[in-house]
Amino acid sequence: MAKLYIPLDMAAVAMGADKLAAAVAQEAAARGEKIEIVRNGSRGMLWLEPLIEVETPAGRVGYGPAKVKDVASLFDAGFLAGGAHRLSIGIVDEHPWMKKQNRVTFVRCGVIDPLSVAEYEAHDGFKGLKRAFEVGPAAVVEEVTKSGLRGRGGAGFPTGIKWKTVADCPPGQKYVVVNADEGDSGTFADRMIMEGDPLSLIEGMLICGYAVGASKGYVYLRSEYPIVAKVFQSAIEKALEAGWLGANIKGSGFDFDVELRIGAGAYVCGEETSLLESLEGKRGIVRAKPPLPAHVGLFGKPTVINNVLSMATIPMIMEKGAKHYADLGVGRSRGTMPLQIAGNVKYGGLFETDFGIPLGTVVNEIAGGTRSGRPVRAVQVGGPLGAYVPVSLFDLPIDYEAFAAKDSLIGHGGLVVFDDTVDMSWMARFGMEFCAIESCGKCTPCRLGSTRGVETIDKIRSGQDIDANIDLLKDLCHTMKFGSLCALGGFAPYPVESALRHFPEDFRKPALEAAE
Amino acid sequence: MAGAAQYSDERAREIIAAHMGLEGPAMPILHAIQEEFGYVPDAAVRQMAEALNISRAEMHGVVTFYHDFRRAPHGRHTLKICRAESCQSMGAERQARAFLDKLKLDWGGTTPDGALTVEPIYCLGLCAHSPSALYDGEPIGCVDAERLDEIAAEARD
Ligand SMILES: Cc1cc2nc3c(=O)[nH]c(=O)nc-3n(C[C@H](O)[C@H](O)[C@H](O)COP(=O)(O)O)c2cc1C
Ligand code: SF4
Ligand code: FES
Ligand code: FES
Repeated sequence: MAKLYIPLDMAAVAMGADKLAAAVAQEAAARGEKIEIVRNGSRGMLWLEPLIEVETPAGRVGYGPAKVKDVASLFDAGFLAGGAHRLSIGIVDEHPWMKKQNRVTFVRCGVIDPLSVAEYEAHDGFKGLKRAFEVGPAAVVEEVTKSGLRGRGGAGFPTGIKWKTVADCPPGQKYVVVNADEGDSGTFADRMIMEGDPLSLIEGMLICGYAVGASKGYVYLRSEYPIVAKVFQSAIEKALEAGWLGANIKGSGFDFDVELRIGAGAYVCGEETSLLESLEGKRGIVRAKPPLPAHVGLFGKPTVINNVLSMATIPMIMEKGAKHYADLGVGRSRGTMPLQIAGNVKYGGLFETDFGIPLGTVVNEIAGGTRSGRPVRAVQVGGPLGAYVPVSLFDLPIDYEAFAAKDSLIGHGGLVVFDDTVDMSWMARFGMEFCAIESCGKCTPCRLGSTRGVETIDKIRSGQDIDANIDLLKDLCHTMKFGSLCALGGFAPYPVESALRHFPEDFRKPALEAAE
Repeated sequence: MAGAAQYSDERAREIIAAHMGLEGPAMPILHAIQEEFGYVPDAAVRQMAEALNISRAEMHGVVTFYHDFRRAPHGRHTLKICRAESCQSMGAERQARAFLDKLKLDWGGTTPDGALTVEPIYCLGLCAHSPSALYDGEPIGCVDAERLDEIAAEARD
């Protein structure tokens, strides 16, 4: 019986994977071919989705992007045995896009059946947890600290230090919370790992709960990800059935439960304290820090809150040891970063690599330049609060400190590429508008400053007192940066200032026209 | 939304009761109420405030904070079009504007026949297939003007 893989990943489904899977099943039945279709996660070569993979003795052969209309010809070409076809990309693991990566967090994503506990275990799953049980909670915290892992949600805070703070709180009710709000434009790594390898996130939460003394974990998932909700909920159920969740897990004496909660379309709820408020059933208004969530978190209890990627990387660190992870990367950016390549690119997708790769290499070589075929003009790195980086800075390595030195950030690792038709004063306006729409309203610089920012950019765009208004805009950015409570108001100026700095000509178009 | 039930206090009470065992049950209840009735009716907000033992004003504050919760029934179908940066890099803003103009709608508006509500959304995690949209919960990548027109026609039937 032939074994096929067709992703259940939301991007694959958005390109027709569900219809394709149904058509393949129907065609196989009509031809009397016995097949098994596994709905896997995506391999990350998103421009090839939907990608059908067929298991052959030589390895898995890929065909993509496959449409319903291609199904008959795929069967005619003998694709069930890996036969040649226009859509064939050969052995998937040999594809240059795959070969150039170093998959640590995403090692199983797209490879296994995401909802099979047995396959997860056969691919080294739960080895990290078993090792955690052997070495004990204090050694786990030590190991995570030594790995150099920094939070992948954006702020880059050392994960081990956060865990130690919670572990050091007196025993009692504590919580593990996973931030799956992934609101940044240009990012989808959390979504992909939760669809493609959800058990790795559950295992990470188990290790964390064991290390800090928590027995309950929540995952706060954005409502825009309905497929994740379905997949992750069944992963919880499968883990329970297999005895990897619940009471006295595998005889360890450790109890842990995971509950999935769904957000309601507020970007600010990705900010950790706003998220906790929302979990408690309140308006997602940001809390002042201190106290830190590690001391006074969910329902007032000590709480670890980590991004999906941070948590899903923990099992690998525990399995292979801190050194293995810490040996990768550059400077204080240790390990790997799952980059998300998006926007106007030829090859968009998930590309996991050691820190240190130059931005230009990713954009020009890995992503293959723009989809439109026009020259690249800017890349927004790190979501809506991240700076627009011009081509002149393309030798910047993917490294937290190198980006910070250029008033930019890596954030959650999303790269959005724009070609030369982009109007940077419009993008700056959009940045301010987005901040105004999503502001939680707690502080004036963010709530009012963003609206004033939109108005001011509108004036600049219509050619009114351009110099005076640019000064006003810069001043406003300064006030927002230093007077906002959280990074929504505090970082919203980054895209605006970077647009002003690197693309000043886009703010002077009407003036130029008037001068002609 | 297609298939939403008529509001009844009794049904709202049942939904609320079913979630009262959870820690911080407000968000799960609001989602369940909207799932059932297609929006969050004022009467349900009153019921919730009572059950959760908070003021009606506070409960109202929670509902209105979140973009997802609707205060009134929407069109029978909902199309959410992504407006965020990645989709803008592929011309989403211009395309959406033209589509809205054709339907004589603004963001958040519903066609006069009550068939379709068009809302903005800020990233669907489909940024390698920009521009993207979500139609009644079904994700769509690389959406073009033709596909948008098909959806508008489909919604009318
Ligand atoms: C406006 C705003 C939105 C944020 N959105 C997210 C998000 O969607 N996901 C995330 O993991 N962190 C987000 N963060 C960062 C979190 O506040 C927090 O730093 C993170 O969840 C900590 O986990 P980590 O240390 O594993 O990164 C956001 C921060 C701000 C200010
Ligand atoms: S900066 Fe904006 S989002 Fe953050 S706390 Fe202040 S008002 Fe709320
Ligand atoms: S007004 Fe609240 S922090 Fe500035
Ligand atoms: S920006 Fe539109 S899907 Fe991400």
